[in-house]
Parts: sequence; C-alpha cells; structure tokens
Amino acid sequence: MKEKAKILDKESISRTIIRIAHEITEKNSGTQGLCIIGIRNRGAYLAERVAAQIKMIDRAPVSLGVLDITLYRDDLTLVASQPLVHKTSIDFDITDKDVVLVDDVLYTGRTVRAALDALIDFGRPRSIQLAVLVDRGHRELPIRADYVGKNIPTSRKETVEVHLEEVDGKDEVVIVEKE
Amino acid sequence: MVWTKKDLLGLEYLSREEIELILSTADSFKEVSTREIKKVPALRGKTVVNLFYEPSTRTRVSFEVAAKRLSADVINIATETSSVRKGETLIDTGKNIQALNADIIVMRHNCSGAAHMLARSLDISVVNGGDGWHEHPTQALLDIFTLKEKLGRIEGLNVSIVGDIAHSRVARSNIWGLTKLGGNVTVCAPKMLIPDGIEKMGVKITNNIESALKNADAVNVLRMQFERDEKDAFPKQLEYFREFGITKERLNKSAKKIIVMHPGPINRGIEMSSDVADGDNSVILEQVTNGIAVRMAVLFLVAQANERRKNETVD
Repeated sequence: MKEKAKILDKESISRTIIRIAHEITEKNSGTQGLCIIGIRNRGAYLAERVAAQIKMIDRAPVSLGVLDITLYRDDLTLVASQPLVHKTSIDFDITDKDVVLVDDVLYTGRTVRAALDALIDFGRPRSIQLAVLVDRGHRELPIRADYVGKNIPTSRKETVEVHLEEVDGKDEVVIVEKE
Repeated sequence: MVWTKKDLLGLEYLSREEIELILSTADSFKEVSTREIKKVPALRGKTVVNLFYEPSTRTRVSFEVAAKRLSADVINIATETSSVRKGETLIDTGKNIQALNADIIVMRHNCSGAAHMLARSLDISVVNGGDGWHEHPTQALLDIFTLKEKLGRIEGLNVSIVGDIAHSRVARSNIWGLTKLGGNVTVCAPKMLIPDGIEKMGVKITNNIESALKNADAVNVLRMQFERDEKDAFPKQLEYFREFGITKERLNKSAKKIIVMHPGPINRGIEMSSDVADGDNSVILEQVTNGIAVRMAVLFLVAQANERRKNETVD
C-alpha cells in the first residue's frame, strides 16, 4: 500500500465537522427531536464530535448513540477475517425522532443499508439522515448522504483511510493505492 | 483473535484467548436481549437442531432462544419420541440431520465423548450441550461470564465448587475454564463424591464446607443427583444439608460477600436454603439470562468459522 495523497488534515477535519453540525441544525431547525448515532468504529467518534459542535451551536444537548452493524451485514460469510461483534448503545427511544447517522466513508452503501435495517429494529424514527466525512463514490445501492464533508472521486484500486485521534493518534484522511 | 473451530465440544481444548473471545462476544450480544425487538439477522437462513438424548429444560430452551434471537430456524428433537427408539445409531441420526442441510447440531447425551464422536463424523458444526460426566461447556462459560460481570475479573479469584464433583460435567468444564483464566478453584464434597486424581486439574480439595467458604469470592453449588440412588434418599438429603448445605449463617462467617451460583434445577433445603437461593448473594437467575448471550456467541462463532471453512474449500 502506498500513500497517494492527503485529502484532509487536522484543521480541515475540524472545520468540516463544524460545517456539518451547522448544516444539521439548519436543516432540522434546531435540536428538538434530533439524535445523532455513529456507526462503529470511526463513525462513533465523528458522531461525538458532531454532537459536541451542535451542543455549542444550539446550547442544548443532543442525544448520542452508537450502532454496531456487524450482525446486520450481508457479507459476513464473505469476509476473510473474523468480524468482531461490538456493543450497540442507544439508550433513548428513536421513535418519532430525526436521526442523523454518522459514518466516516460512504462507498458501496452496504454499511448504511445494514445500519438502516438495524435502526429500524429499534423503533420508527420520523426521519433518518446520513452524514459522512468522505463520499468516495462507487455506490452499489440507491443511497446518498444528506451531509458530506468532502467528495473524493476514487478508483476502486484505491482505499480511503480516515485516521482519527481517538483511534489512530492523529486526524487525517489519506488515499492509499494498492501496489 | 480468530475463531477457527467448527465445533464447541468442551473447555479442555480451548485456549485462554478462545475463551476470552467467546466471553467478549457474549458481552456484546447481551444488549440484543434488552431491545424491544430482541432479534438480529446474523444467522438468518441457518438451521439449528437441538438433539437431546437426555431430558433438559433450561439448556434446551436457552439454546432455542439464543438461536431464535439470531434469526436461525430451530428444530427440537427429543430422542424419546424419535427414530432413536427404533435403534438408529447416533452417527446415522447426525448424518440424516446433516442431509437436511442443517447447519448446527446442539447435542445433549448421557455418554461422555458422544459430542466428539458426532463432530468427527459430520461437516456441520456440533455444540456440546452436556455429554455424560465429561463436559458442559456452555454452562461453564455462562458461569464464568456471570462471575466476570459481577467481579470484573477471573484472574486471582477464589471459586469453590461444592457438591457431587464426581458425576458433574459442570464442575469439570468450570475447572478447565476458571484455571485457564487464572482463577483458583477449590472443590468441596463428601470424600465419596470427589474423583481420584482431580488435584491434577490444578484444584484444591476439601471435605469441610466452612473451609471452602472461608476465602471464597464465589461458590458454585452443584445439584445433588439423588435420582441415581433413590433408596434411603431422605435421611441422606438431611445429612447432606447439615454437612454441606449453603446457609445464611455459613455465608455470614466470611469476610467477603460470596457470590452464590447454581446451574439449576435447585433442590431447596438440600444444596442450599431457600433464603440463600432467593437472597442477595444469589446470581442464579442472572446466570439464566447470561446463558442466552453466551449461547448466542457460541452459535455465531461456530457458524462463522464453518462458513469461512466452506468458502476456503470452494476457492
């Protein structure tokens, strides 16, 4: 694997999160009935950051949850390595709420489909919106994001890696190429 | 850590890492049972067959609930009402179930080693739901899971197992599992119910209940299997309770709050008094709840491993 380009650095990730938080509060006219749910693993940390920004903008706390979609994936039997099952933590009722799902990279759309299936098992939200840090294209399902940090046209040979302080010790988005 | 085993037959042959993987997977599965819709699609389209050669309520129901919470289809076979009565062999029964394209057999059998024999003969997964006096791995895993949940660790814990050690598959599996995770195990029973050579499994032995409880963090109380010897059972039961029964008075003598476990069904007034069974030391019903999460984890892991194995064969 060879690093081809750095797409976002620490500052630009921070600015992107602030912008997405503003867009979410604007579109939903505030935080009434709003909840933010991050898709494990990195989506959960991004969701925390978005929720913290929304709290600063609107001066009201927003419900925050974490969704593990391992048990809803349609490719469990195709993956070579063992999928680790992690906890889902949504300790509030999502029925009649506006849920914003947060993930790091939007690619084929299969992760988001699994997340939608999982969420609907928890209740009947008024709406589900999608926020992603990076949209790299190559959709295999009819899914699009409502809030996009950055659109990055990629080839399928490339991989978009999102590194976050909480997991990787640094904030950056890079494109790496298979050699 | 990747789970690679097609089957779960016992804890004797598992590594510490494999046991820890089951426990951490179970920890994640526990949340599923608290949801309004207590179901995830992880084993959708899979078939689990509960093949029980011995009567059982809680183990069979627990496996059935676990499989259904993973969206698997479940078939229960009680051998008293099956073709086994016509003389069908275990292997033939297993091969017929495999020919139905089932994916996992959960088997309870009165012969030690039966699950191993079945697993060797089949390509589909076999989960041991208790074989003779040998092992009852999922019961031990749920005991260990409950202990870890209550006390935060297994390493360095003092666990006493009290009761019919000689005939107990629960005791054997617990000893394998607890000692592999760094726990200190003491077994306590009348001399005739302690098998020769058990100290080779790395346990201490005592015939004195006070000494078994003295430094214990937890006591796992086994069911007295008086059905094996009905004659003169009544005086023996009273005598057993007097010598080995877990009572409030005995628990109160310990400096620590001892966790009381029992694999069920309890003989109240024989293995323990009712106020202990229902008291705040008891985690017996929590064990039942945790059993579902542990069995979901086991079914999930063996199904995934077998699926990966099949894909590798095709490639």
